[in-house]
Amino acid sequence: MQVDLPMVWAAIVGLAVFLYVVLDGFDLGIGLLFPFFAENPPDREVMLNTVAPVWDGNETFLVLGGAGLYGAFPVAYATLLPANYLPLILMVVGLIFRGAAFELRVKSTRTRALWDLAFISGSALAAFCQGVVLGSLLQGIRIENGRFTGGPFDWLSAFSVFCGMGVVVTYATLGCGWLIYKTDGELQRKMRRLMRPLASALLAAVALVSLWTVLGLPSVAQRWFASGNLAWFMPVPVLVVACVAGIFRAVRLRREATPFLLTLAICFLGFTGLVISIWPNLVPPSLSIWDASASPSSQVFTLVGTAIVLPIILVYNALQYRVFRGKVREGDAGYH
Amino acid sequence: MEIFDAFHLARFQFAFTVAIHIVFPAISIGMASFLAVLEWRWLNTGDQVFRKLFLFWSKIFAIGFGMGVISGVVMAYEFGTNWSEFSRIAGNVTGPLLTYEVLTAFFLEAGFLGVMLFGWQRVGPRAHFFATLMVAAGTLISTFWILASNSFMQTPQGYALDKGLIVPVDWFKVIFNPSFPYRLVHMTIAAFIVAGFIVSACGAWHLLKGRRDKAVMISFSMGLWILLAITPIQILVGDAHGLNTREYQPAKIAAIEGLWETEKGGTPLNLVGFPDMDAERTRYALQVPHLGSLILTHSWDGEITGLKAFAPQDRPYSPIVFWSFRVMAGLGLLMLLTAVLGLALRRGGRLYETRWFQWLVLAMGPSGLVALLAGWVTTEVGRQPWTVYGVLRTTASVSPIGSQQAGVSLLVLAVVYPLVFGMGAYYMIKLMRRGPSLDAEHVGHPEHPGLSNRALSQSFK
Repeated sequence: MQVDLPMVWAAIVGLAVFLYVVLDGFDLGIGLLFPFFAENPPDREVMLNTVAPVWDGNETFLVLGGAGLYGAFPVAYATLLPANYLPLILMVVGLIFRGAAFELRVKSTRTRALWDLAFISGSALAAFCQGVVLGSLLQGIRIENGRFTGGPFDWLSAFSVFCGMGVVVTYATLGCGWLIYKTDGELQRKMRRLMRPLASALLAAVALVSLWTVLGLPSVAQRWFASGNLAWFMPVPVLVVACVAGIFRAVRLRREATPFLLTLAICFLGFTGLVISIWPNLVPPSLSIWDASASPSSQVFTLVGTAIVLPIILVYNALQYRVFRGKVREGDAGYH
Repeated sequence: MEIFDAFHLARFQFAFTVAIHIVFPAISIGMASFLAVLEWRWLNTGDQVFRKLFLFWSKIFAIGFGMGVISGVVMAYEFGTNWSEFSRIAGNVTGPLLTYEVLTAFFLEAGFLGVMLFGWQRVGPRAHFFATLMVAAGTLISTFWILASNSFMQTPQGYALDKGLIVPVDWFKVIFNPSFPYRLVHMTIAAFIVAGFIVSACGAWHLLKGRRDKAVMISFSMGLWILLAITPIQILVGDAHGLNTREYQPAKIAAIEGLWETEKGGTPLNLVGFPDMDAERTRYALQVPHLGSLILTHSWDGEITGLKAFAPQDRPYSPIVFWSFRVMAGLGLLMLLTAVLGLALRRGGRLYETRWFQWLVLAMGPSGLVALLAGWVTTEVGRQPWTVYGVLRTTASVSPIGSQQAGVSLLVLAVVYPLVFGMGAYYMIKLMRRGPSLDAEHVGHPEHPGLSNRALSQSFK
């Protein structure tokens, strides 16, 4: 049996990107929700403590996505990144401020307000820029002979800016769901109140991005409506609506984990919709996963290690979540 | 030559971001192993002072690690944004190596770091020690892969050229390329030396301030023992690395030595001097006859190829590597002297009471980092004008971007980096100035979880 290596690698890189989006998504979401909570009572402390042990690991999936792309699809890496030069630089700047605030906020006294600002704006900038990159990917990148041939502001459009806002809403919803799951008392009640408007905004954002791509990009419309597979694709949008309805119900019934899990499901469905829209391209409109692939020797070499190590990584990352399971409360010992 | 074109801006940006980045992983690599030793000693002896030291240094480690992660994300994306041609052409080799680093090292570190820093009350002492060991192992595995990638760029082998792309043929040869073992050992020991000097300098500071508690004395003493054990080895490894470089990158050696002619019957060593690339000679050279041959060939009249044997466009820029090498090697000798002086004072029982020596150790605190940076400058500038030595030129590696883009990103990072990483360094130094906590023996008895909870959360604040 012949293994289609690029296909396998597309699945791995896709998994890494998806895991990054949902895991760092709720970390970044906490930064986005920060402005709504005051320093006293120390809600912010508790919010940070829910992710303090895991954010390093979560951000590492972004490095895996980048390195996996670099290792398995160097042509995609070498075109997607120059094409999104400025948003990516701003994204890493955002991540720098966010990460530094994670480590340094608790050590500071006089400058705490500044670190809070760095945490909020860093999270927002990173989330927004990730959405912009997603938008620019969807609208297509000009490539000739494996090189990016577009201009420095090709990524900028009303659509990509809207995608940026969409990702901000997505991460805020993830963060809100996570905090409902990890906190209790007054903080949890505040989060429950926020969850419904956020979920509604998320539904609106998903709907608008979907419509916009279908109307604006003939190739996407073609894929969804003219390829004869509509019946197979239809469950995706239907399930999104069902999940949002489920979130409303779960908030009303005061479920602990369900709102978060349903938000994860919406992210997964959104990601599925994205794959349906661009498959088999890695960088639309012209670079397929096969065109972008590294040499078979490179893909096999890396695949051997990935097949062994990635499951182990997933296990001990899950173990770390297990060690730090349960509600986080004000004044808990051991953090920072 | 246009200085503010995208090519030069991208080079400057890479040099600047990687130089700031490497400081933090170097501290993490050395400090992680040191923390593992501290915890092992605590488990073995039950002496609470080791646990106190562990808690103290783990806070400093945590900041360094976080700074390393965030500056490392920049590196992982900079290959694509600024050096996309390098990524396209060499990505078949360097991409998988980086992927392996992420898979086998970054996740190991990040996956166990949470338990190591915050898990005292949630796992048993043995499980906690295991987490510390995994973090330390992660830092060393990371060194393995990134040095494999860097060494391939220095001394490439095991590849073929296919339609202008570098394609791997034999992965074993790619990874275990000729310079790899030397670089790996040299860098790992360098990171241990970095940590050794930071730990002993912190001890020296508090001794000078009059503290004589056990935690401070042990910091000072342990750091000096470590340095005494590893600085001589580092000098020997450096010497062997030099011989290896002479064999595989002779132009780099010639540039390091400021050597222009290939001399017969023994080459002198330029102790100091000013290499002039245009005049093709080294001005004001202070020479020691035969010493060059002696060091680089281990023989009285061994031949060393001079820079004139290489075409002008293939020569590394000698004025930089000449001096960066001398900074590194000079500091190496000073480090050895410091460690040996420490041993001598120990024999007289005056280690903790000799103030001039404590001032010396304090002044040498950053020497590990300075030497490490000087060493990297030597090897990386010495690799020029190539990114992959002899295969891919640096000018052919840059992205198709304009100077505005490269300039804007450079400006943004030039503002952000000093601010953020300066603050990171500031807090690390602030913690070190405060020193290990003075409240003595009952810091977190594991037998009394109630008590330890409170004491621990205090010490974490």
